[in-house]
Amino acid sequence: MAELLQLVFFGLVLGSILTLGAIGLSLTYGILKFAHFAHGDFMTLGAYFALSLVATAQLPILVSIPIAALATLVVALIADRLIYRRLRRTRPVILLIASVGVALILRSAVQIIWGPNVQVYAQGIQLPYVIPFGDGAVRIKPDHLIIMGGALCLVTSLHFFLQHTRVGKAMRAMSDNPDLAQITGIDTEKVVLWTWGIGIALAAVGGIFAGMDSQLHPNLGWQLLLPIFAAAILGGIGRPYGAIAGGMTIGLAQELSTMVIPPEYKPAVSFGIMVLVLIVRPRGIFAGSST
Amino acid sequence: MDPLLNYAIFFITIAGIYAVWTLALNVQWGLTGLFNIGIVAFVAVGGYTSVLLTIEPSATFAGGLGLPLPVGFLGAMLVSAILALLIGLITLNLRADYLAIATIGIAEIVRLFLKNEEWLTNGVRGIGGVPRPFSDLGPEGMALANMVLVLLCVLVIFLLVERARRAPWGRVLRAIRENELTVLASGKTVKSFRLQSFVLGAALMGLGGALYSHFVGFISPEAFVPLQTTFLVWVMLIAGGSGNSKGAVLGAFVIWGIWSGSQIVTGWLPPELATQAGALRMGLIGLLLVLVLLFRHEGLLSEEDQRRADIAREARQDRR
Repeated sequence: MAELLQLVFFGLVLGSILTLGAIGLSLTYGILKFAHFAHGDFMTLGAYFALSLVATAQLPILVSIPIAALATLVVALIADRLIYRRLRRTRPVILLIASVGVALILRSAVQIIWGPNVQVYAQGIQLPYVIPFGDGAVRIKPDHLIIMGGALCLVTSLHFFLQHTRVGKAMRAMSDNPDLAQITGIDTEKVVLWTWGIGIALAAVGGIFAGMDSQLHPNLGWQLLLPIFAAAILGGIGRPYGAIAGGMTIGLAQELSTMVIPPEYKPAVSFGIMVLVLIVRPRGIFAGSST
Repeated sequence: MDPLLNYAIFFITIAGIYAVWTLALNVQWGLTGLFNIGIVAFVAVGGYTSVLLTIEPSATFAGGLGLPLPVGFLGAMLVSAILALLIGLITLNLRADYLAIATIGIAEIVRLFLKNEEWLTNGVRGIGGVPRPFSDLGPEGMALANMVLVLLCVLVIFLLVERARRAPWGRVLRAIRENELTVLASGKTVKSFRLQSFVLGAALMGLGGALYSHFVGFISPEAFVPLQTTFLVWVMLIAGGSGNSKGAVLGAFVIWGIWSGSQIVTGWLPPELATQAGALRMGLIGLLLVLVLLFRHEGLLSEEDQRRADIAREARQDRR
């Protein structure tokens, strides 16, 4: 029983990380109409920016997070200016290929600047809180609480932003029906900018959390890309609330799967779920309900 | 033999194998617009299938049937085709991006499978002593014969793809790529055509994987990295000119030249920077991809060129 509870806890931690990635992916997919394959590598970039702040500038991690997110955002906006914006008039699939190129460039830059080896934010072992439960105990690391708390705060702020601000409402409108949104006079360029901003900032924080959860390495984000896409598809493309549910489902499923299948195949679980969703409900489990 | 000549033979052989893959991708992407970024999965499956069918029986893993090489090549095409059929049946009637994500997923699963199922694949240790074609001709004769074999494969595939492209079948594929609804309205089964194109391309990728594995003589999960297979092949096709078979072959040779040239240049770097050099080359591939898309998205030989050539050829035939 304690073992199950422990896995559920790990699942929620992983789910929090995936959710932060999936929201941005789903929003850019829904509003900019292209699958952004560099999203995972922007997560990596955010994680490494935070590493520099923590290791070199000796800043506490909680202070580093917003600065790193902002720095990642600047890189994303440069990529948008130089590459994506020029290709936005072409077919979406051209943008997709370009984003694969951007992903390779980012990963290569990370590896050249920070080196190919595995790194951590803090040396030494963090002592977990041990909570006795039934026949065993559940171990919870302080970092895990920061990850879950941080994700909860960000998701709640996003909810208020989408529901109560003009830009948030415009974003939802554009995601639901871009043509109708344009007719009603929504400034689409502004919405595009905000979409990038929110999506990339959340992704950067998700990347930092992923680094806190385990370690940093240049492939960190690329390996998260598949579960994030699975989460976004599960929740229905362009639906931020669906992405939250999708992220949590995939996170829990990946961790709980270790009870029945060999742990080496954990990464394959998200793919299995995604294929299942594509067969049964190709528009996502939560499609149909409007945002 | 002259080392330069040796290198030339090696270069042409490898570039030729890449040309097999670019031609295969040209069927899927160039003709039909199917976005496959899991090329490495079909290549690895083809390579392993052929090796396990043809190698002598071994005590450490289940494969090893000792069958002749042509059987291995055919098996490689068949198994890759079956894998493509399964993925295609699930994703080909959905939006195009979903196929892309599904192919990434299948590449990941194939990698995990090859790494973990040691009873079949010998795991990360890989399989050595892979039978090599023409090994009875001595090292020089073998290299030469291998090159001829690869070039022959490229030629046959090129002629087949060109024939298919100009046939009504290929025209339907291109029509699907341009406007799916029109094709549906004219009574064609879009999904079935897409499936045929995807499976044909995957079978050719499997064949390329078999050629590669038998040429190198050793196979392991690490030999199939997405960077060198999937993304390099994509850059080759896009730079060469997607939709244009000559462009696909040209792209393979030009980009392989740049890629191996960059290896020579990074070889001059001090050894402590050796791993960084790999990263630099990865960035180069990404940069090339983006630059081609921004400044010459139709590639060196565009599909438009080919279309004009086709029209001119038909006009000549009419006159006769």
